[in-house]
Amino acid sequence: MPIWSPSPLALRRWRRFKEHRRGYHALWIFAVLLAFSMAAELLANDKPLLIYYQGQFYFPLWKSYPETVFGGDFVTEADYKDPYILEKLRQSPNWLLFPPIPYSFNSIDSQLNHPAPAPPAGRHYLGTDDRARDILARLIYGFRLSVLFALTLTLIGTVTGILAGAIQGYFGGRTDLLLQRFIEIWGSMPELYLLIIFSSLFNPSIFILIVLLSLFGWMSLADYVRAEFLRARAMAYVKAARAMGASDRAIMFHHVLPNTLTPVITFLPFRISGTILALTSLDFLGLGVPPSTPSLGELLQQGKANMEAWWISLSAFTVLVTMMLLLNFIGEALRDAMDPRKES
Amino acid sequence: MSTPLLEVDNLWAHFQGESGRIEAVRGISLAVQPGETVALVGESGSGKSVAALSLLQLLPANASVRADAIRLQGADITRLTGEPLRRLRGQQVAMVFQEPMTAMNPVYPIFRQLAESFAPEGVPGTRQDLQALRRRAVELLAMTGISDPEQRLDSYPHQLSGGQRQRVMIAMALARRPQLLIADEPTTALDVTIQAQILELLARLQKELGMAMLLITHDLPMVYKVASRVYVMRQGEICESAGTESLFHRPRHPYTRQLLASLPASHSPPRPAQAVELLRVRDLRCHFPIRRGLLQRTVGHVKAVDGVDFTVRRGETVGIVGESGSGKTSLGEAVLQLNESQGGLLFDGLDLYAADRLALRGLRRRIQVVFQDPFSSLSPRMTVEQILAEGLLIHRLESSAVGRRRRVEAILAEVGLPVEHLDRYPHQFSGGQRQRIAIARAMILQPELLVLDEPTSALDLSVQAQILTLLRTLQVRHGLAFIFISHDLRVIRAMAHEVLVMWRGKIVEQGETETIFERPQHAYTQQLLAAAMHV
Repeated sequence: MPIWSPSPLALRRWRRFKEHRRGYHALWIFAVLLAFSMAAELLANDKPLLIYYQGQFYFPLWKSYPETVFGGDFVTEADYKDPYILEKLRQSPNWLLFPPIPYSFNSIDSQLNHPAPAPPAGRHYLGTDDRARDILARLIYGFRLSVLFALTLTLIGTVTGILAGAIQGYFGGRTDLLLQRFIEIWGSMPELYLLIIFSSLFNPSIFILIVLLSLFGWMSLADYVRAEFLRARAMAYVKAARAMGASDRAIMFHHVLPNTLTPVITFLPFRISGTILALTSLDFLGLGVPPSTPSLGELLQQGKANMEAWWISLSAFTVLVTMMLLLNFIGEALRDAMDPRKES
Repeated sequence: MSTPLLEVDNLWAHFQGESGRIEAVRGISLAVQPGETVALVGESGSGKSVAALSLLQLLPANASVRADAIRLQGADITRLTGEPLRRLRGQQVAMVFQEPMTAMNPVYPIFRQLAESFAPEGVPGTRQDLQALRRRAVELLAMTGISDPEQRLDSYPHQLSGGQRQRVMIAMALARRPQLLIADEPTTALDVTIQAQILELLARLQKELGMAMLLITHDLPMVYKVASRVYVMRQGEICESAGTESLFHRPRHPYTRQLLASLPASHSPPRPAQAVELLRVRDLRCHFPIRRGLLQRTVGHVKAVDGVDFTVRRGETVGIVGESGSGKTSLGEAVLQLNESQGGLLFDGLDLYAADRLALRGLRRRIQVVFQDPFSSLSPRMTVEQILAEGLLIHRLESSAVGRRRRVEAILAEVGLPVEHLDRYPHQFSGGQRQRIAIARAMILQPELLVLDEPTSALDLSVQAQILTLLRTLQVRHGLAFIFISHDLRVIRAMAHEVLVMWRGKIVEQGETETIFERPQHAYTQQLLAAAMHV
């Protein structure tokens, strides 16, 4: 027996998803973009990928070499932007290979012959920001951070939401009543103020942001799962399982849960895009990730501060819009594929 | 013969679905004379409803209909559109649907919906007009025999009972004195005694108004009662048409014969030689509290089951009959320990109420259940093998996967399903097959008592006959005791050795099946039997 055999229902849905050409293509483009951004270190980095120096290969990406290895004076890590070192490394027969974009997200181009922010040119394809950092590199890293952040948050929110909704819907009665009141109280907390307070109490970091946002991100989903569980609980197959002696946990996760996942899966892309937007807006307000982190919101804020440097806001805006559009197309196709009116 | 009122000549209808083209109606021809009742009989999927809907062009957009002719009083109505079609729909031909709850708009009171049927342009503004309209509505409602027609006008659909709703539906249909009434399973969703009343009402109104009726149904005894001619439909075709008498007594087509043979037997099964007591029910009560107000104080109880005593013996069937709301399902669930109940339940000498978790789990294996709806009683995301093997896993009856597979295969063979179907999902089966799976799920645990809650009510007549035969075979082979819950007295008569008649949570009469059916004592039992066994 195969480990994972998709049900014919799932197969039919996948087929319908594929028929939705726009969503299907969006999924592919998004997957490719994500795959590329996962390899951001190989695409945009201020360290060479490979060095051939005096008959030996060096891999500065994976190992840090002191400058003395390449004939420098310091025992600290080699600065591959330093003209003196570069000259030594390029001297025949030595050679080195840089990534297509020879800047990382936080490498400051000190040899820029134009006051920062610099417009797009051969040296920086999309120009630099006001701290002379390459925008393309920041976009690639920022895209990755946004998506990973959103995926983590969505995963946590979905699992918590399903658990809370499942407990409410399955047990009903007093449990449902109490949890529902708790959600009402919890949901009426001013999320933004809390974020502002916490960001002044702690050093802002990705971790704290994830914790804070996941404290609030599960509630909308819990409502849907609760409703689905309430519906499924009354089905005869649940009664049959109880009559058979199945435990509550087995019924919840084995019988009811697989039949309640439709709204969860349908909402996934929209949740992801919502979370990306949330992170971007927090960064834009300066409440988000620490300043050196590559973030789309921070780029947008720079664009606002430097209106004449159109390339900053335009490129950040384009990436953001593309990402939202792709996710929404995927969501749209997913919604059609899962539409219960198209079953049977 | 005069020109028929309705004449259908070579009607075809098909649907264009995602999975291809479905031919629902394949070239049927029929005729209805003025003032006549004609029945269109068939099992589910035979195309009878599609045929009826296509007469008034009420099919969804993905359907297409063609016919050589559909003539109403000689005029072709096949391609009517716009205003003439609207006039045809309300004025000349009216329809009554099966489910009176969903056929009405829940947010409008009855008056508004009635007024719409005889003043489709909208309710008039002036006071006098409104008064006149109300008087007409009251008249119409009174004609259908509804009590307090004046008050009912301001009720909402959910405040009426199923029978009352169907009366209102009929009033709406008759508002403009149509010449032809198409009744699509008009009594299927109703209780037996209400069914009889509605049928009587339809027959009376038909006589009074001189209209013709095209009755679409799967209920053969009802057809025998009301129709003068019958068309039997099967797979989109009419396979036999005849006068009612000759069809019921001299059926020609093999399918008609099979249908008539599927009617449940009118005698109860023989009792087993010796019957040992298995379950004793003493003073069983299911009282559901009614809570009101902010503090949710209990202000009273719904007494779903109120003091019931009976005994079930091994190898025997106890039939429980009653109309909806009589508490028969609550009683079944109490025996299964699926709801809150009090009283005494002694299963094979063990007190079910005193049993702890572990003991109860052991007892659950011995008391199993089959539900009414074979579509909701099987989880749509589990394969047949998973569904059947689950019980074995829960009760650790078979530790090896190979052994489980063997037992699942054996039980499938026993309920008459091919073993190749193990990896399929429930939606790939027909209703009858699904009910077989549900029976297999119960039987694989080798229970001693089986609670059957309307096990055949959702099935077609011929499938029902097969399932009943299967259940009887299993009972005799394994010495099973059944608690057979049904609203269908014929099925109860064919299956039960003993009958309990329930009414409002109480047993009004109980005894041997033959005694109850031949000499009912209680007034309610007599009424029930009169309504149901009138063939």
